[in-house]
Amino acid sequence: MKTLKPLNGNQTIAEAVRQVDIDVVAAYPITPSTAIVETIAQFKADGLIKGEFVCPESEHSAMSVCIGAAAAGGRVMTATSAQGLALMWEMLYIAAGLRLPIVAAIVNRALSAPINIHGDHSDTMGARDSGWIQIYSENCQEAYDNFIQAFRIAEHPDVRTPVLVGLDGFIISHSTEIVEIEDDEEVRRFVGEYLPIYPLLDTSRRFTVGSIDFTDYYFEHKRSQIEGIENSPRVIEQIGQEFGQKFGRYYSFFEAYHLDDAELVIVVMSSAAGTCKEAIDELREEGLKIGLLKPRVFRPFPYQKIAEALKDKLAVAVLDRSSSPGAFGAPLFTEIRSALYDYEKRPKIINYIYGLGGRDIKVEHFKEVAQNLVRIATTGKIDSHVGYLNLRE
Amino acid sequence: MAAVRLKDLAQKEDRLVAGHGMCLGCGIPIIFKIILRATDDPLIVTCATGCLEVCTTIFPRTAWNVTWIHSAFENAAATAAGIEAMYRALKNKGKIPQEKKIKILAIGGDGGTYDIGFQALSGAVERGHDFVYVCYDNNVYANTGGQRSSATPLGASATTAPAGTKSPGKIQPRKDLTRIMAAHKIPYVAQASPNKWLDLYNKAKKAFEIEGSAFINVLCPCPTEWKYEESQGIKLAQLANDTCVWPLYEVEKGHFKINYKPKQKLPVTEWLKSQGRFRHLFKEENAWIIEAIQAQVDEEWEELNKLAEM
Amino acid sequence: MKKETWRELTIGTINLNAGNSITNLTGTWRSGKKPEFIEENCIQCFFCWLYCPHFAIKVEGEKVIGINYDYCTGCGLCAEECPPKEKAIIMVPEEIKLAEGR
Repeated sequence: MKTLKPLNGNQTIAEAVRQVDIDVVAAYPITPSTAIVETIAQFKADGLIKGEFVCPESEHSAMSVCIGAAAAGGRVMTATSAQGLALMWEMLYIAAGLRLPIVAAIVNRALSAPINIHGDHSDTMGARDSGWIQIYSENCQEAYDNFIQAFRIAEHPDVRTPVLVGLDGFIISHSTEIVEIEDDEEVRRFVGEYLPIYPLLDTSRRFTVGSIDFTDYYFEHKRSQIEGIENSPRVIEQIGQEFGQKFGRYYSFFEAYHLDDAELVIVVMSSAAGTCKEAIDELREEGLKIGLLKPRVFRPFPYQKIAEALKDKLAVAVLDRSSSPGAFGAPLFTEIRSALYDYEKRPKIINYIYGLGGRDIKVEHFKEVAQNLVRIATTGKIDSHVGYLNLRE
Repeated sequence: MAAVRLKDLAQKEDRLVAGHGMCLGCGIPIIFKIILRATDDPLIVTCATGCLEVCTTIFPRTAWNVTWIHSAFENAAATAAGIEAMYRALKNKGKIPQEKKIKILAIGGDGGTYDIGFQALSGAVERGHDFVYVCYDNNVYANTGGQRSSATPLGASATTAPAGTKSPGKIQPRKDLTRIMAAHKIPYVAQASPNKWLDLYNKAKKAFEIEGSAFINVLCPCPTEWKYEESQGIKLAQLANDTCVWPLYEVEKGHFKINYKPKQKLPVTEWLKSQGRFRHLFKEENAWIIEAIQAQVDEEWEELNKLAEM
Repeated sequence: MKKETWRELTIGTINLNAGNSITNLTGTWRSGKKPEFIEENCIQCFFCWLYCPHFAIKVEGEKVIGINYDYCTGCGLCAEECPPKEKAIIMVPEEIKLAEGR
């Protein structure tokens, strides 16, 4: 039976792990995702998880254990943040290259230096070309829902690609909300039995995994890998619908908030989208035709769908919670600006970098963005394509 | 234990087959010809990046006639740990029959074991995963052309610790990894070499049979990087035993046992003069290094004997 | 060997052809010398089989019967480790032949 529980983001992930009949969890504690690992360890200690819990000596080994375990033939997950994800970086590419459907909860946190434990997206954005599917969550409920769907997406025979689910450090991981936790059996049924492809533990067959390719095969193997993530949009859409039919909460590639009739649009992912909705409500009351587009899936990037949703707008501000030093804007901005290139009529578009190292973003900051969008829409002039929000200048 | 005859071992199927690309006279395939025969159970092998991995799996060919996986350089032990964890999980869930036995073997060279993979190895055996780790120690990063490792002995010339007009080669003694692994107090640790094939076979068999983590460090002659004539590898391994540069011993549940004591312990010069990597040591100005090597070998042999008497 | 297109490759870099390296004839590496098997001297100790790095010793039942030159690289370990005084394997000169097509 569905229950309402006061849980923080980390606890919702642990609840989902308990419900999906996980076979192996391998994770190394790091703030702010530590509580996921601790809660799973306690579940295991109390017999609530039948799978194995491995606590390796580093995140590099945690992902390596996940790779060995997934290749062996079962359902596998990990959780980490920031430096932990960075230490896994080498192995992220290998998990994707070997087409292992590992699922990771990434509690988004700023990368050092300077060392900082608070939320931003520099960790997962740094891994955006690793071949993993990336799904971002606005709140605890979405973190829970996304994490459950992630197994279905990753394990789909046409996809077989690892998935990471991002949730903002502290803002989501440590904030308690009332979360709808679905019935254990229903979740188990939704996720279904794990169907391995070429499991190492099936010793009736002999094969070699992870060969060395020279110039004659690497390119073909890489192209073959890319096919998995390119097949995923259809699967992500279908599973988001199925999840909605079963549990009442529907998911797609992005959420539109007052978007249809909007002339001005703010694009922002994850927890900041909640604050942005508040700002949009207030601005709408003031008569401004402004809306929000909250991307949920960043890899594969739903470029056509997002471009279609934005092409007729007057001005768009894309807010990135990470930086790409030396690039023309941060990752989300460059994706969206590129997606709009082929349209004759397209909006003016600017980029704001916000919230690095957990810096707050409040309603007033979204209003500041809105004011700039109004000015751009009226004058047709952009002073600066890339700005910084709530930074002491 | 019933007597093991080579002609019986030869009847068993090769789990590593011909057509691999390892060098002329390489010690690696010899070592694994023996080890892979030491269990009849189904086997899953994982290799760290290195000579063995590269030379056996150049796509679309593979020399492995057994289920095999490579993921990276520094993580063979962690990969094995993952396979073992899944094996346990699926057994507990009844998805693999209780009576079914599958053995897991992780392999690395000294680069993947002593150096970059050491943390993962230490972690995996501390957690007690039921697997066997074999290091083929050829004292050098041979796969990439002969760079120093922490297994490179004092005085050897390596491309990143070369002998030159102002340097006598590597100036640090080698890391004693076998002893470090013994300090993990895991059920079984051994040091072996391919010239004593039966000793190596028995050790591998024991390692596979023991429950928990087992580690075997095998001296692996490398004609390419040690610089000797290709036919001499097995003789050299014997010389390593007879000079006590590479003693054969095992540590079972903390108890040290020496498996081979040379009737007459040979001076290290016999070992050093057999290989080009030590040639420069015979220059007058490097005499002190040979003395230091002899002193170190004597000290370690004495210490090992004391441990074995305890 | 025909090379597959990316669509034809097995998922995840998997190679399903276990042990297919036997099509790689390492015997082409041999240069200048090769082992010769002298059956009457053979004591069937199997050291040559054991110490051959390239799996080039032919075994039939419980007997070593010769050298498989398809794989023998001519390293000489077999001859070196052959125990009898009158060795059953000796290294002999071999004319260097370039592999076909080179």
